[in-house]
Amino acid sequence: MKYDITIIGSGIIGSSIAYRLSKYDCSILVVDKENDVANEVSMANSAIVHAGHDPEEGTLKGKLNVLGSRMYPQLCKDIGAHYKPVGAFTVMHSKEQQATFDALVERAKARDIPYEVLSAEEAKKQEPNLTDEVIQVLSMPTTAIVIPWEVALKQLQVAVLNGTEVKLNCEVQSITPNEDGYTLHTNQGEIETKIIINSAGLYADEVARMVGLEVEDVIPRRGEYFVLSHDAKNFAHHIIYPIPTAKGKGILAVPTVDENILLGPNAEGIEDKQGVNTTIEGLNYIRKELLTSVKNVPFYNIIRTFAGIRPSIASKDFIIEKPIENFINLLGIDSPGIASAPAIAEYVEELLELPYPIKENYETKNPYTFRFQELSVEEKDAYIKEHPTYGNIVCRCEQVSEGEIVACIHEVLGATSIKGVKKRVRPGMGKCQGGFCQPLVLEILARELHCKPEEVQYDQLGTNPVLAWKGGREDA
Amino acid sequence: MRKVTCVIIGGGSAGLAAAIELKKNGIDDLLVLEKGPEVGGILNQCIHNGFGLHEFKEELSGPAYAERFALQAEELGIPIECNTTVTAFYPDKSIEVSNKNGYEVIQADAVVLAMGCQERTSGQIQIPGMRPQGVYTAGTAQRYVNIDGYQIGKRCFILGSGDIGLIMARRMTLEGAKVLGVAELMPYSNGLQRNIVQCLKDYDIPLYLSHTVTNIEGYPRLQKVTISEVDENRQPIKGSEKVFEVDTLLLSVGLVPDNTLTVEAGISLDARTRGIEVNEYCESIMPGVFAAGNVLHVHDLVDYVTAEGRKAGRGAVRYLKGELPERNGFVTKAGNGISYVLPQRVDYPSEDESVEFSFRVRSPYKNASIVVKNGNEEVKRIKKLALLPAEMEKVILPKEVLTTIHDELVIEVEEA
Ligand SMILES: Cc1cc2nc3c(=O)[nH]c(=O)nc-3n(C[C@H](O)[C@H](O)[C@H](O)COP(=O)(O)OP(=O)(O)OC[C@H]3O[C@@H](n4cnc5c(N)ncnc54)[C@H](O)[C@@H]3O)c2cc1C
Ligand SMILES: Cc1cc2nc3c(=O)[nH]c(=O)nc-3n(C[C@H](O)[C@H](O)[C@H](O)COP(=O)(O)OP(=O)(O)OC[C@H]3O[C@@H](n4cnc5c(N)ncnc54)[C@H](O)[C@@H]3O)c2cc1C
Repeated sequence: MKYDITIIGSGIIGSSIAYRLSKYDCSILVVDKENDVANEVSMANSAIVHAGHDPEEGTLKGKLNVLGSRMYPQLCKDIGAHYKPVGAFTVMHSKEQQATFDALVERAKARDIPYEVLSAEEAKKQEPNLTDEVIQVLSMPTTAIVIPWEVALKQLQVAVLNGTEVKLNCEVQSITPNEDGYTLHTNQGEIETKIIINSAGLYADEVARMVGLEVEDVIPRRGEYFVLSHDAKNFAHHIIYPIPTAKGKGILAVPTVDENILLGPNAEGIEDKQGVNTTIEGLNYIRKELLTSVKNVPFYNIIRTFAGIRPSIASKDFIIEKPIENFINLLGIDSPGIASAPAIAEYVEELLELPYPIKENYETKNPYTFRFQELSVEEKDAYIKEHPTYGNIVCRCEQVSEGEIVACIHEVLGATSIKGVKKRVRPGMGKCQGGFCQPLVLEILARELHCKPEEVQYDQLGTNPVLAWKGGREDA
Repeated sequence: MRKVTCVIIGGGSAGLAAAIELKKNGIDDLLVLEKGPEVGGILNQCIHNGFGLHEFKEELSGPAYAERFALQAEELGIPIECNTTVTAFYPDKSIEVSNKNGYEVIQADAVVLAMGCQERTSGQIQIPGMRPQGVYTAGTAQRYVNIDGYQIGKRCFILGSGDIGLIMARRMTLEGAKVLGVAELMPYSNGLQRNIVQCLKDYDIPLYLSHTVTNIEGYPRLQKVTISEVDENRQPIKGSEKVFEVDTLLLSVGLVPDNTLTVEAGISLDARTRGIEVNEYCESIMPGVFAAGNVLHVHDLVDYVTAEGRKAGRGAVRYLKGELPERNGFVTKAGNGISYVLPQRVDYPSEDESVEFSFRVRSPYKNASIVVKNGNEEVKRIKKLALLPAEMEKVILPKEVLTTIHDELVIEVEEA
């Protein structure tokens, strides 16, 4: 089979593009080397839909961020993804920052982004944990938070329902041109396609070189984080940024959709694109820098540390272009890649000028709208009476039922690993980090996927929590 | 809405002891709610011996100890619902409950919180490095091995000398794995002395005191753990690294009361114990809400958990019978060398013959004295040959003393 379009990468960028293009009457394939959708950069970041006042004037980042953030509310409604416009506070704490502060205000004004300048007192009324040095605050009420991998997954599910195919565990290793397109050589064999969209994130430079393009290197820049438990959810209600510097946006406190708090990220150039390790130096830097904008940080509520890697490039702005026929290249999609994703997809669509007609029937809405956790007591009771497994709570920290876990395994692009389940319905995200529920989730996965417990992976191949069953319990 | 006189959340040792006490004292309309498939709590996975020396004067395995209480509860006809999780608890003592039959709200007159504890995880202690497969908390490993019957690793290192880690060092060895060592950050062990001897020394497993894990390597599976010696500020000393090639790292770095429900209900926690503040009946600041066992403070001996469960049960009985007078007592304070004292308040000093106080020292002492003070005035002094943070200490004060205390009772350590 020959595909009209192949998208390399199922991160938030590839998935947003697939969602947008799936209305065309043509064959589309999304490939990803990972065993789940959005498992790399889109899995580990600050998850902020920035309002768009930060990128410099005249950049693609500036343009697409502003557009993207305006598209988000409708997009999330359509695909049934969480979207919380919690708002952001950019905190000025020394007089030297006045010029930068004023420039941000000017940009917000010029880009028609809602904002308000708050005095220290006004700001502290809303965020009592701001430091005493705060002078004034730029409040951006439309800055929002999402769950990036959910935004990717939910869009890709709609694309699949519109006929898009997805091949996971499929790594593109080289590309050769053929008479009217390309042949992708993968670990799963050859794939013929007319058009390639390179949204390979950290590896976009390598993929671009596979078709002979001379491109800048992707420079991996690591960002480390602490995660605070729900116990700390009242620590910050807005996203709290310091005044940005040449080095970046600085160390933030970010509430998450599920009422945790992220503290981070630092920004450190590294060699290894897989170097998601955390470091003593990085974590200590976050602890220290954070204190310029907030106080009373409940460090004892830390439940986890993690790191994500920005696919940065030296020239800084997004590169989104059609350098050769039938090849769209997306390079350097670091922050604000999430905020810009829907606008990037639209931009790519315009660049492509596809000759295909629009299908008569296509979906823009995700059918998996059911959220058990949001039901009232009476509704839950009625639902459990029909579906008893929804009454069996597996994860006591996040209160996830067996029914929800089973459902997320069997829906389109369902979970195949413990982390896949965790991404979709949250067991293991809480205080005990899976200590109590991982054995139960493992058992459910083995049962539903008809495999042996030792074949159940935490994440990719080789991350199976148990090596073998020695026997012992009758029902295991 | 179902109405129940007293609901006990959690059917571990604490919850069972509380329920039995309530029932024996004439409170029949009880309900024990347990998330797991059977009562007994964490004991179900502790298949080693060593439980019950105080309660029964014999050494039982965890499941055997639990079974004695489960049987007693059954004989007394205490209603227990297993596979049932409490998902919310409100200050008005209503609770939301979920199981395969449905989702309901139960209104209780009194509630005993007995949800146990959780293990501290690698994220909580922030071990730097990769996050490969092969790093388990010791309790989770214990469950995988003892309950589910899985093999989890072949070469193993253990961080933290808490009791579960020590016991797992022996368990993993018996299961055929090679345990290369145990590293402990502090200059002393956090586990019971008997576990150091029976689980490490008897198996020639080295214990590295004043050491911590400073790097984790390998992906997808753990391959190497680096440990370093730490200085007196617990900072790693460069050049002291030792590398172990292992596929498994178990963490036994502490337990934290599981107060998810409590915090959601708006009850604040004691910063030291991470449990709620209670009086001598294990009653919280909210009348009618009691707590016992590991949800209140982490215990090293289950016998003490049982005793505390009974105490909470007794408190709930008196509360329900309207026998508790106005609260009019004093607070307790952890003085020099003490990390916490429980109860945090004595509300009814003249009600009982005596009150027992539990506390832990911050660091080890030899030939020291425990001094109890009424404000500044000494009321009791106990000489101790050795004091260890891992071992909970107790002191009992009689009514004559309690009724003379007005402000504050201080417990402190005095070095010889
Ligand atoms: C620390 C940090 C914080 C950030 N915070 C924010 C923020 O708050 N707001 C914001 O807007 N942006 C933020 N970003 C940026 C944002 O995360 C990224 O722009 C976005 O996730 C990039 O998505 P992507 O789809 O391009 O990349 P990815 O999600 O990495 O997707 C690329 C996919 O391609 C696959 N792939 C790669 N090579 C191959 C191959 N050869 N064959 C097959 N598949 C392949 C990968 O497996 C991967 O799944 C942050 C980034 C980081 C690291
Ligand atoms: C891993 C581990 C090993 C130990 N090993 C030893 C040892 O070797 N020797 C020794 O003397 N002591 C040991 N202890 C200490 C002692 O056994 C325990 O402290 C004691 O069993 C705790 O009893 P508990 O009732 O407080 O908690 P648990 O036994 O943990 O019981 C709490 C119960 O509450 C239930 N629960 C929690 N939340 C909910 C909810 N929302 N709804 C419904 N039910 C809920 C849980 O499922 C659990 O069954 C160990 C403790 C642990 C954690």
